[in-house]
Amino acid sequence: MTTDSTDTRAQRRKSPKKPENALVSADRAGAGLDRGFAGLAKAAGIFILIILAFVAIFLSWNSVGALYQEEEGLIIGRFLSYAWPFALGTVVVAILALIMGAPIAIAVALYISHYAPPKASKTIGYIIDLLAAIPSVVYGAWGMFVLAPAMVPLYHWLSQWLYTWPEENLGWGIPFFAGSPGLGQNIFTASVVLAVMILPIISSVCREIFIQTPKLHEEAALALGATRWEMIKMAVFPFARPGIISGVMLGLGRALGETMAVVMVVSGLGFQLSIISPGNSTIPREIALNFGETGHGTERWHQLVALGLVLFVITLAVNMVARWIVSRHKEFSGAN
Amino acid sequence: MKVASFGRAAAILSVASLALVACNGDDTENGDDNGTDENDTVDTDNGDDTDAEETDEDNGEASGDMDYSSLSGDLSGSGASSFQLAIQEWALEFPNLTAGVNVDYDAVGSGDGRANFLNGADSFAGSDALMSDEEFAQSQERCGENGAFHLPTAILPIAVGVNLEGVDSLVLDGETIAQIFAGEITSWDDEAIASLNDGVDLPDTAITVVHRQDSSGTTENFTDYLNQATDTWTWEADSEWPGEVSAETGDGSSGVISAAQSVDGAITYVDAQQAEDGGLTLVELEIGGETSAPSAEAAAQAVASSELRGGQAENDMGFELARATDEPGAYPIVQVAYTIWCNEYDSAEEAELAAGFAHYITSAEAQQIAADVAGAAPLNDDLISQAHEAISQISG
Repeated sequence: MTTDSTDTRAQRRKSPKKPENALVSADRAGAGLDRGFAGLAKAAGIFILIILAFVAIFLSWNSVGALYQEEEGLIIGRFLSYAWPFALGTVVVAILALIMGAPIAIAVALYISHYAPPKASKTIGYIIDLLAAIPSVVYGAWGMFVLAPAMVPLYHWLSQWLYTWPEENLGWGIPFFAGSPGLGQNIFTASVVLAVMILPIISSVCREIFIQTPKLHEEAALALGATRWEMIKMAVFPFARPGIISGVMLGLGRALGETMAVVMVVSGLGFQLSIISPGNSTIPREIALNFGETGHGTERWHQLVALGLVLFVITLAVNMVARWIVSRHKEFSGAN
Repeated sequence: MKVASFGRAAAILSVASLALVACNGDDTENGDDNGTDENDTVDTDNGDDTDAEETDEDNGEASGDMDYSSLSGDLSGSGASSFQLAIQEWALEFPNLTAGVNVDYDAVGSGDGRANFLNGADSFAGSDALMSDEEFAQSQERCGENGAFHLPTAILPIAVGVNLEGVDSLVLDGETIAQIFAGEITSWDDEAIASLNDGVDLPDTAITVVHRQDSSGTTENFTDYLNQATDTWTWEADSEWPGEVSAETGDGSSGVISAAQSVDGAITYVDAQQAEDGGLTLVELEIGGETSAPSAEAAAQAVASSELRGGQAENDMGFELARATDEPGAYPIVQVAYTIWCNEYDSAEEAELAAGFAHYITSAEAQQIAADVAGAAPLNDDLISQAHEAISQISG
């Protein structure tokens, strides 16, 4: 049944094409426009690559001063020992944000596409998209004045039961929860704020892809006696997996590069293991805090640019891994 | 099929988003561009047309009262945000004395301001820190062989501000301040604090240190004071707070004030005027048995008794502030905000405009404005005449 219907559809799609093509090639002006548009699209694609290349060249060129100084020779070790806490902080914050944000975003998308009554789903969709339009400085202010104080009791509890108590009774506490939470402005709070910020991106990408699940697959699953959840597991998720991963990577990209909200929400400088007391930082925060006051051309300035390059490489690597995962799963997506 | 193409679209999107999300920095507020309309009548382009008659007139009389009424054109500067308040007010007042000058100041931070000045984008820079020797060498390329010079423009006392319930006056000495900020004293009823405050009922609240998280001239001056005047503080003066003794932070002056106000027992350092406006208790500094609050007079005195640093331009007025003073009643926690000017500009007109504005902002009248709006300590007469002498060297 299934193959039959797709075949006929494919045929139907194909059949009117032939005369259309003949018509276009006869029409000179139309062909010219077509070529012109193709060229325009190509130029747009190349333009993106050029911009990316320029950013990469600018960062690499200006990073040299952080790795090599005339009087001292190579100082890669010094740069690495300076940069790793920020690279680690950036990745930890982004991953925490993903762990908290992605499941909720996917659940929201599922609700909108498969559970909510059609009228409500539209409204909820709009509201979720609205979240993406809030400027990050507003998220930062909210995180700083509302969320951080509200999280303090939780941090006290975590510190008490995951660090202090086991430390006293078992001799070892989890170091991630050591220390006093102070104002509650730490990288954990920042990752909660980031989780909210990446929610609309992930959920709108997922929603679009969930809606595109072939009705036939869904109906087939239901016809076999699957519950709605089983149907989603069998038909929707396999079909949507590349889209989900793309959406999550898009969110991760935002979380890695977010500056303003992190600047406002995180308090303290310097590296430490605890994620619930002030301290630790991310690459964008470090750059934003120090770039304006640093004299151009100094080693410090080059260090900050080199940090930017590190972030660039991290984000590129993350996206390449994501692409690889998507391509590996393509054949199992159920669309073929 | 559709999936693959959608996935690809998302892939392109996600790569494109990298470029976007990576540059999400904070925007600095522009200086207001006031009085632009007045300028339209006179066509003065700083670059090319030089009027021979205007070239020499003003340089001669720069040390006395200067006549600004023939000046017109655009003057742009950028740099430190510390005297943004003052310079905004000056930019509003100055055009009234002239035939239509438009002054534009962009508070982009000291480092960026110096870079903009050195590469010729701006006519002057505002900076909390002095130029390094490399930067001075660069300035000789832009400003002729005499290079650029610093002009002390605003002297700002830095206050140690406290938010402690039930305590509305507090005395500390340098060593105690250093121990608090280094995290060695952690409670307000500590013996070291109590012994300086007889008769004050100190609570046993924990001390929460709040410092700047962004790199700033205030931090540089405060750590310079701690480093010079105390034994406890072993870190070098730096515009970035040492990570080893990091505590709570705020972003910018307003950030540390709001952070300090949000928790009982907080202590921070911040521009005195802003600390007072923000409702913090200003700590009085004890030196040699006498105490003094951060005040304009004490700050001006601290600068007047300091030596010039020397080693750069001949008319340079960059100070080496003497912090480790044991003079009773002194208040050495001050910050000097400089403007940096060329000794030689590309055109006579730019030179004339620059000299005019430099002269104005170091005049007694403009210094009084800065005192009113920003709590700056007015330069005393000696400093003013010295500054005007330095400005008279500007040529085009």
